[in-house]
Amino acid sequence: MMEETGIGIWGVPLAIFAGAIRVSTPFIFVSLGESITERSGRINLGLEGTLVFGAMTAYAIAVMSNSPWLGVLAAMATGAVFGLIHGWICKFPKVNDIAIGIAMMQFGLGLAFFLGKPFIQPVAPHLPSIPLGGWSDLPQIQSALNINVLFIIGALLSVALWWAFKNTRVGLILRVVGDSSDAARAMGLNPDSVRLLATAVGGSLAAVGGAYLSLFYPGSWNEGISSGQGLMAVALVIFARWNPIGCFLAALLFGGAGALGPALQSVGVTQGYYLFYAAPYVLTLVILVATSSPTRSLAGAPGALSITK
Amino acid sequence: MIQVRDTPLPQAGKAVGIQTIGMTMRFGSFTALDNVSIDIPAGTFHALLGENGAGKSTLVKCIMGFYHQTSGSLSVDGREIAVQSPRDAATYGLGMVYQQFTLVPSLTGAENLVINRTHVPAVINWAKERKDLAAFMERMPFKIPLDRPVSELAAGEKQKLEIVKQLYLGRSFLILDEPTSVLTPAEADEMLGLVRGMTERGELTVLMISHKFHEVTKFTDAVTVLRRGKMAGSGLVKDLSTKDMAAMMIGDVKLAELDTRLPVPADARPILVVSDIKAPDRTGLKMIDIGNLTVHAGEIVGIAGISGNGQKELAEVLAGQRPPEAGSITVKGSLYGATRQETRINNVRFIPEEPLNNACAPKMTVTENLAFRTFDLKKQGGEALWLDMKSMRKRAASLISDFKVKTASHSSPIASLSGGNVQRAVLARELTGDVDLLIVSNPCFGLDFSAVAEIRARIMKARNSGTAVLLLSEDLDELLEMSDRIMVMSDGKLVYETPALSADISVIGAHMAGHH
Repeated sequence: MMEETGIGIWGVPLAIFAGAIRVSTPFIFVSLGESITERSGRINLGLEGTLVFGAMTAYAIAVMSNSPWLGVLAAMATGAVFGLIHGWICKFPKVNDIAIGIAMMQFGLGLAFFLGKPFIQPVAPHLPSIPLGGWSDLPQIQSALNINVLFIIGALLSVALWWAFKNTRVGLILRVVGDSSDAARAMGLNPDSVRLLATAVGGSLAAVGGAYLSLFYPGSWNEGISSGQGLMAVALVIFARWNPIGCFLAALLFGGAGALGPALQSVGVTQGYYLFYAAPYVLTLVILVATSSPTRSLAGAPGALSITK
Repeated sequence: MIQVRDTPLPQAGKAVGIQTIGMTMRFGSFTALDNVSIDIPAGTFHALLGENGAGKSTLVKCIMGFYHQTSGSLSVDGREIAVQSPRDAATYGLGMVYQQFTLVPSLTGAENLVINRTHVPAVINWAKERKDLAAFMERMPFKIPLDRPVSELAAGEKQKLEIVKQLYLGRSFLILDEPTSVLTPAEADEMLGLVRGMTERGELTVLMISHKFHEVTKFTDAVTVLRRGKMAGSGLVKDLSTKDMAAMMIGDVKLAELDTRLPVPADARPILVVSDIKAPDRTGLKMIDIGNLTVHAGEIVGIAGISGNGQKELAEVLAGQRPPEAGSITVKGSLYGATRQETRINNVRFIPEEPLNNACAPKMTVTENLAFRTFDLKKQGGEALWLDMKSMRKRAASLISDFKVKTASHSSPIASLSGGNVQRAVLARELTGDVDLLIVSNPCFGLDFSAVAEIRARIMKARNSGTAVLLLSEDLDELLEMSDRIMVMSDGKLVYETPALSADISVIGAHMAGHH
């Protein structure tokens, strides 16, 4: 069954490592964005739509301007607009954030496919990556350590957010609003405005995840570009207990699980590897079942979140 | 009204005096507060008494700037001020500790204090803040751990932290809204004693809303009583007896009287037997563990305890809402799993706390809510397929008049009723027909004197006619008045049992606080 590939069976962990980094990057950005939004006491399920629209925007702008970074910035701007729309609608009384999220998801997907049709053919410049594997002669190791810049930014961002939740005024205000709307109002804060901004920031980060998909891996724009990363990331945030560093680690775990199928295929396993493509989804289910209980409430959940009420 | 902007702001740490003159507040044609003048000199501890709806909260909301009074004025240290918002009140040093905690549960004490300041730096230097807070806490009579999340603090610690927060923000006049409702007697005494010390040293002036006469007589200097929006009386506490104050509060309303307690027969058969029940609590981190709890026919067993020690979980287990991991519940000798059928066969009735949310469908009508126990039964017995609206309405009408439920119409949604009337309606539903076992949780919370008296009388009547009653309550006075036996629940376990007649409050309090 095994085919000789230079480093043999060691190719599997190496491929999982490289895959974890490659696949996890969009999860990192979407889940960090969603952790900001959910910490403010609101759920934005529309991030899947924001992600795909961000992918389309980033690709289109990169094609037109020939600058991938301009594409990322444009994606962030559109993501923020999507977040603002969600936050603005949710401001009205008796509006359910989850229902609006689902509507926004369909809206984002549809709009992206409609506007993105002309950009399926052209080729956009890719985002850069940093080769950290120069010390090795093996091409497998070199390619595995070729780490994309957005992954590094995402890792730094998760630490920065974790710090900011504890040590900055903005971070504390976000947690106050997310935990108790009444306490926030007693403090003279307007929960709706804070949530509006938190949803906008969350949207712009989710769009960066989309930009990564179209401008780095897989690195092209088409209608099947996302396989539910935007939705999965919402589950990730709950699994990570709203902790940004937890989001980063959970995204890595999911990326690794997602890389299992391709890795086995690359070392020549020809049967059953399709089953491993389902690994991230099975993992989602297993984790959510294992960490939830009918008789106790979720520890660390923001008190004002609609799903925890 | 002239707005005085040049009033010198009071210094933090020095008490201010407060006066209201002719405070009147109208909502449309309804006068919630009618010409109330009170005078609270600097450095005194003043009590505000009154029933629900007497206008206490309207008065303090006018003082704090939540409401703008229709007429009348407010003075601080003899100067008239205009308070447009709670923020204005804060600049004059007026603060309020609400009945519900306003601390953010997931934040630590220190984070809660710092984020409430008017000016919070963009990046918080925790090393410096901790040092400042430690220096501030040195001056405070209260000792509270500031580095733990507020959700992990005991209720007494939270209440102290609320007060500390107001002092940290530089308030020199504090309104305390029923500050001891969630504390053990010992915690309450300690907290009020410390507050009293601060007023005696001239650091603070306090206006306390309270229901408890013994607190008022023990700790406060003067009292003002409101009834139906009007001033019903006031004076120095040392000149007034508890009876005088109660008379001022309720006026000439006749309260329902408790039936004489019939003795529990020695051979009364056990109705409810709970043995070795273990179940996880809401956090999933702790367990409740009930070794043996037996309630006999014709007796009331009271369960005392501070909220959050597992009483709610125990009630949920008995109601079938929380599956136990081990142990058994038997009712009248047979295993009981709280299904609708078992409930019906054994005549078990249940009045949970906050009945509007836990025992009613709030948007359904009063008639429908009153029929919840019977709508699926035919008159001759057997399961009904169609609803018999006519007899449902007839039955509702008779229950409404029997139990004096005040409702605009039988087809009003039950959510439109006041708290006391929802409680009466649920009581009407649960106490009608044969009742062998009644489980009641905090039945009188937040109700006025006449509703309380009547509900207690109904429960006592049921007891005297042979119903076994399990009464879970956070109100010790209620338990002492109603129960035959009192058990104390602490940290998920029943830790103490005493006959109510020979009960010693301080021993019960010590067990509630976990000293056993």
